[in-house]
Order: sequence, then C-alpha cells, then structure tokens
Amino acid sequence: MKHMRFILLGAALSLAACDHATPQLAAPVAKNPAPATSTSKKQSAFVPPSESDIPNDDFGKQIALGRQIFIDPARYAKAYVGNQLSCENCHLDAGRLAQSAPLWGAYPMYPAYRSKNHHVNTFAERLQGCFNYSMNGKAPPLGDPVLVALETYAYWMAKGAPVGASLPGRGYPKLAKPALAPDYARGETVFKRDCALCHGDNGQGQQSAGRTVFPPLWGSQSFNWGAGMEQVNFAAGFIKANMPLGRGNTLTDQDAWDVAYFMDAHERPQDPRFTGSIQATRASYHDTPDSLYGTEVNGRMLGQGQPTD
Amino acid sequence: MNTLRATLMVLLTLWGSHALADAPNGATIAQQGNGHGVAPCLACHGADGAGQAAAGFPRLAGLSQAYLRKQLDDFAGGTRVNATMQPVANGLSDAERDAVATYYSKLPAPAWTLSPAPSGDAAQTGQALAVRGNWTKSLPGCEQCHGPDGVGVGDHFPPLSGQSAVYLSNQLHAWQQGARRNDPLQLMQNVATRLSDADIAAVSAWYAAQSMAPSKEKQP
Repeated sequence: MKHMRFILLGAALSLAACDHATPQLAAPVAKNPAPATSTSKKQSAFVPPSESDIPNDDFGKQIALGRQIFIDPARYAKAYVGNQLSCENCHLDAGRLAQSAPLWGAYPMYPAYRSKNHHVNTFAERLQGCFNYSMNGKAPPLGDPVLVALETYAYWMAKGAPVGASLPGRGYPKLAKPALAPDYARGETVFKRDCALCHGDNGQGQQSAGRTVFPPLWGSQSFNWGAGMEQVNFAAGFIKANMPLGRGNTLTDQDAWDVAYFMDAHERPQDPRFTGSIQATRASYHDTPDSLYGTEVNGRMLGQGQPTD
Repeated sequence: MNTLRATLMVLLTLWGSHALADAPNGATIAQQGNGHGVAPCLACHGADGAGQAAAGFPRLAGLSQAYLRKQLDDFAGGTRVNATMQPVANGLSDAERDAVATYYSKLPAPAWTLSPAPSGDAAQTGQALAVRGNWTKSLPGCEQCHGPDGVGVGDHFPPLSGQSAVYLSNQLHAWQQGARRNDPLQLMQNVATRLSDADIAAVSAWYAAQSMAPSKEKQP
C-alpha cells in the first residue's frame, strides 16, 4: 500500500514503516541504480522457513501467536492498536516478502544504535515504535506477551540469516531521485487512476465484514505523523515495489514519487512526540526534505494532526 | 381541508402510478423478461437469484448494483464475452439494465448449499490461494481484495462465496484466455495468468465449500 527517504546513512531501513529511527549500519546497502523506468525486482537470496515448519510445541505456539498478531493486531493486540491498520499492510505476506520490509531482513540488524533516541535499541524496542507510530496506538511494555510473540515470530523467520548483515530485499527499495520534483497534482492523477479503486476516493480504505480489507492511507484511521511512511522517499519505494497489490513494479518511478507525495500531503494523527509547536516538532523530528510535516501544501499547513475517531 | 387533502392524495397516487408505468420494473424483467425478446433472468439464475451451480450460472442476489450494472454493459460491449448474456444485455435498454441490477442487488443472499469441502492437497492449495496467495509469484490471496472469506468488498470486488465452483473456474479461465477483460487495472487478468489449471480447480472448489458468513476466527 504505502511509502520512503534519503537520509544521511544511505542504509535501507528495515521496518521502515514504523518510525523514523535510523539504525547506523556498517553494512552498506547495494546502491540501487533504479533507472526511471526500472521494472526489475531484485530477487532476494534469503528464503525464510516455510510456515508449515512452525514447530508443534510451546515455542511454536509463540511463533504462531506472533504471526496472528502480525496479520490481525486489531484482534490479537487490541489494547495497543489505535487505527484500522495491520502490520501486514506495509509488510506483505505476513512479513515474509522481500522489498516489503520483511521481518527476516530486520531481525538480524538489531540491536542497533538509533540517531532518533541516541541509544542502542533492541528489536523489542524497535517493535514498540511500530505501535506508537504506524499503529497510532501505544507501545506494549517490554516483556509484554505481544512483544514476546512478535519477536519470536521474527526470530523464527530469520532462521539462518547472517547476524548483522543487510540482506538483499531488506527494507523498501530506494528509488533514485525523480526527474521532476514530486508533485501533488500529478500524484492526484495517479491516485485516481491506480489507487482509489481500492483505497477509496478520500484514501479512507475499505472494510468488509468488520475487517479492514484496503487500509486507510491518511486521516484518523491511518498511521500518524511519526511513522516512516510519512516520508515521501519511503512511501515511494514501498509503492513502486508493491502497488497496486500484485502488480508491483508497474508504476514508473515518477508516478511512485508523485503519488507518495500526494498521499503524504494529507493530514493524519499528530506525531506523539509533538512538542506543542509544529515548527519545533518539525525541527526535532522531521528535518528532511522528504517529510511534508510542518510545510504548507495547497495553502494548508501540514502537521496539525487529526483526532482518532 | 379534507377535500384538499383527498385531492392531493389522488394526484399523488396518479403521479406515482404514472412514474411506475414509465420506469422499467426489475422484478418483472427478472420474472417475465422485458417483453421485447429478452428472456426472464430466472430461467437461468433461479427464482431467488441463487444461480444454478452445476451449470455455472452465477448467483446474482445480493451483489452490488453497480457491479451488476457494469457486467451488463460489459456483456453488451464485448469485454466480457458470453454467448448467452451478450444478446440479453444488448436487448435491455439503459433503464432496464439499471432496474434489473437494482432488483437483484436488493434480493437477500439466498440459502447456499455448500459443496463438499475439498480434501488433501487440493484443499491446502485452495485455502492457501484464497487466504494467503502465493507471493513467490506476486500473487495476492483472493481475500485481500474480495474480503474475509470472499464476502465481497464495495462495488468492484464481488463476493466469491455463494458462487459455484463451475462459475468461479469458468471465470478464472476466461480471465486467463482474455474472454473476460473487464477488470479494473487488469487485476484479475494478472492474477489468472499466474494460476495453473490445478490452482483454479482447487481455489474454486474451496470457495464453493465456504459459508457465506465470514468465520469469526482466522486460523494462522
């Protein structure tokens, strides 16, 4: 469904959807030349274990529970979820798919130092970020059964992956800068043509039988301003590789940038780190050209937040 | 005052019956045809709009009006090729297509006779494709667009539950072969080209064995 950035480190961020943290990695990510019309999807060499190999014991139960939470957090981690999204919306195939921030790409990269909070973060702390920002909820405390199950699921999925090595297919692809600066009007055209069918004319998503089928892209039920997807570069990489669902790599790079910009130029719930001032919050947490927080688009100042329904 | 009210009532009644006489009646078309050569829908789709499983005539009852209307337009226009439905759709006026689509959209979802559940490998394949897809082939699960247990989503993603294996399989083959190409964003044509014959048989049988009410719990 969704979203990206260009920052200092040039390291593709696993779990990029969840927040702004940037682990400082030693391993350089292969530079992705990504020509404007690139369509090839770099195949990941890593193959996570088959779900049928989840062991049938007490350890396996935690793996299976983690998987259930990942697919349906509104049911299995209800207390910590504040919107209609699920982990799987940004990490496709239950977190298994390359170029969709797979768990097997993220798990071996932690613990990691993060410039965001200036300390070494464990994987569990990283998961907390997902709940705070992408799920617009609240973080389960360390040691909470929800975090234990999710970490167990990720650990199992990364079986055999080298520790500390950035695997191909990790995070979202980093697109080259577009020929034309991303543009709201062009993005709106792409949105109406290729996205509104599923995500709705107002990006509100669609539900059926009480479940979110197509996730909301902005507004009160989407990720908040602290999520990684609010950055146009992350969103463009996700969209390019994965959208429309099942037809990844069919949009041009320019279309992906434009529609990512369009999506991220809409209001969404406030960044939980909000300091009381949009400009101060931008300076502290959104000081990048890839964030539209605290900037004016179409005469509207973005970053005012939107109350959760 | 009473006279005025009575007059108003008479006028309203006359106006109402006049309007009814002009607008095509969906129920009449469904049950008797349109009087200009189009056979009644129920001949194939059943009195309750449930379709006929063995013949592959689909359920219409309870589907979205906009979806049904679009299918009639596409039968007529040739983007959904079907020798039976093309003359039917062509024989219906614009207003008649609207009326009959509205009629079926408002019929309650009919009682559904579940096909026997598939077993063995076919059952596993069918469920996996329905729920998860096969991402090694960039293939989303059916329910990622058609909703939990295939109950359908909005005007563009019709229900798969409550349809027969024969109908579902015919459609998937039609998408594959290009006889049906009326899908938005070519979503179904792309899906179908990634399915084998065995995949199509398995997933069609799986949906035909599902209840129309979504299950409460999802299994991992």
